[in-house]
Amino acid sequence: MERRDARGRKAVDFAVRTAASLAALLGIGALIWILTEVVRRGAPALNPAFFTALPGPPGVAGGGLANAILGTMALTVAATAVGVPLGMLAGVYLSEFGRDTRLGAAVRFCVNVLMGLPSILVGLFVWTVLVVPFRSFSGYAGATALALIMLPVVARTTEDMLSLVPHALREGALALGTPRWRTTLIAFKAARGGLITGVLLAVARVSGETAPLLFTALNSPFWPRSMSEPVANLTVTVFQYAMSPYADWQAKAWGASLLIMAAVLTTSLLARTFARERTR
Amino acid sequence: MMPNRGATAPEPARRRPRPWGDPLFRSLAAAAAGIFLVLTAAICLELVRGSALSLAKFGPGFLWSASWNPVTQDFGALSSIAGTLVSTLIAMLLAVPLSLIIALFLVELAPPAISKPVGAAIELLAAVPSIIYGMWGLFVFAPFMSDHIQPFLSSRFGWLPLFKGPPMGIGLLTAGIILALMILPFITSVMRDVLRMVPPVVKEAGYGMGSTVWEVARKVTVRYGVRGMAGACLLGLGRAVGETMAVTFVIGNDHRVSASLFAAGNSIASALANEFAEASEPLYLSALVELGLVLFLMTFAIQGLTHAWIRRLERSAGRGL
Repeated sequence: MERRDARGRKAVDFAVRTAASLAALLGIGALIWILTEVVRRGAPALNPAFFTALPGPPGVAGGGLANAILGTMALTVAATAVGVPLGMLAGVYLSEFGRDTRLGAAVRFCVNVLMGLPSILVGLFVWTVLVVPFRSFSGYAGATALALIMLPVVARTTEDMLSLVPHALREGALALGTPRWRTTLIAFKAARGGLITGVLLAVARVSGETAPLLFTALNSPFWPRSMSEPVANLTVTVFQYAMSPYADWQAKAWGASLLIMAAVLTTSLLARTFARERTR
Repeated sequence: MMPNRGATAPEPARRRPRPWGDPLFRSLAAAAAGIFLVLTAAICLELVRGSALSLAKFGPGFLWSASWNPVTQDFGALSSIAGTLVSTLIAMLLAVPLSLIIALFLVELAPPAISKPVGAAIELLAAVPSIIYGMWGLFVFAPFMSDHIQPFLSSRFGWLPLFKGPPMGIGLLTAGIILALMILPFITSVMRDVLRMVPPVVKEAGYGMGSTVWEVARKVTVRYGVRGMAGACLLGLGRAVGETMAVTFVIGNDHRVSASLFAAGNSIASALANEFAEASEPLYLSALVELGLVLFLMTFAIQGLTHAWIRRLERSAGRGL
């Protein structure tokens, strides 16, 4: 390094520090701008009717999105019920049985591919296998699409968290004559905090997804009665209402956005507290 | 690493033998894992099968044909592919330097009292669903673009074909900026993790030589973490290419190809989101599925690149990230 004037170097350093702080402020400021706008525009729409009533006819003010709130919950619960156990089992295979097998390597590759798959393609795939053959958009198709998005995330988290459990624990259990499945349960218990975090993050991600529902669950102005019909849901409602010319619908779209954002961020925060407990 | 596989084998006399428990458990787990193989294969297969009609009709010319006319049933992917690439490029150009600077700020410059809450906030923001970005983009940012940023750009750089045309607010540039904001928290949090893994000893050596903070950051920290940061960028790229809702709200959904970034355009994902539920003719649907196939191949290529990159990282782990 050649010798240079310290004052010049310090000036450059100061300039860069200032620029970096400003850039950080700019990026963070933009993100804060987004959050405050959502709260500012969404909060006025959240009245009691919003949570209890069905949507009104197009262009008529009033009504609510109770059906969509219920539908989103139903879709998320159904997707979690399918996606979490299956994903966990696959994660168990990857960490307990398939660590150095060829099947394990192939599955791991597929998990990565599916994790990087744009969610709209998941919707497209489910449309070809569940909507076209049955000739109807359905809650089943929507829940399946969401479950397919959860699967790789849960499998990956399960594998990662189980591989953090020390081998000595498993060896101790096996030495006592414990069968493999119970040994795995013991490992699950040891990895509990991380697993709960992973599952909650997956649920949070899925509950805010729109693209996979566009042509699977579609949307509906009615109460969700059966999973074999189109099911109302918040995210597609936001998309449709935002694109509509009615001011009342656009206001409702903001209200629904605020609701989605609050739910997703709360779930993520919850996940984070579990993660913190784990490290303690 | 793996004494666990052989450990169950020699168990001569157990009091309560469970001959079926473990094999059942193992095959259940293997079956669940096998689902992933089936799924990946099925997705490839269905995308190819679904686009068969369009593949047969338009052949490889589909990729560079600029026409998209549901009335005459003439479809080409050029505008969608171009829109996807342009909006992703804008997003990466904006997000990568900004997230590098923010990550450096968080790790090297800011005191813990600032970097901790800001870092946590950024990780939370990575969880905000894309439809929120779409809403904000359409109702807040697009008017801001047409009132302030676009008139400014066209008055200064209007002689460039990139910034010609009426300031509508929506369009490729707006989509790219929203996309950048969306992947910013994501890339930043990965980059921050990479920068944190740079051993303090290396940095302290730099400070010990009398380097300033910026010199250490530029010559030591960034050099040390450059590969890990490239991995972070690839992850962000994979997200940006397939991002649907944030783009669909603001890109304008126009299949014309234009040199101007102010013009409305479309990306593969936005075309699917907008037109799929309304398309009814088999050829129209098939062309849309073929767009999906193109997107799949793009993300697959990015995935493969990321995978190869990470393996190279792991192999040379001794030389730092």
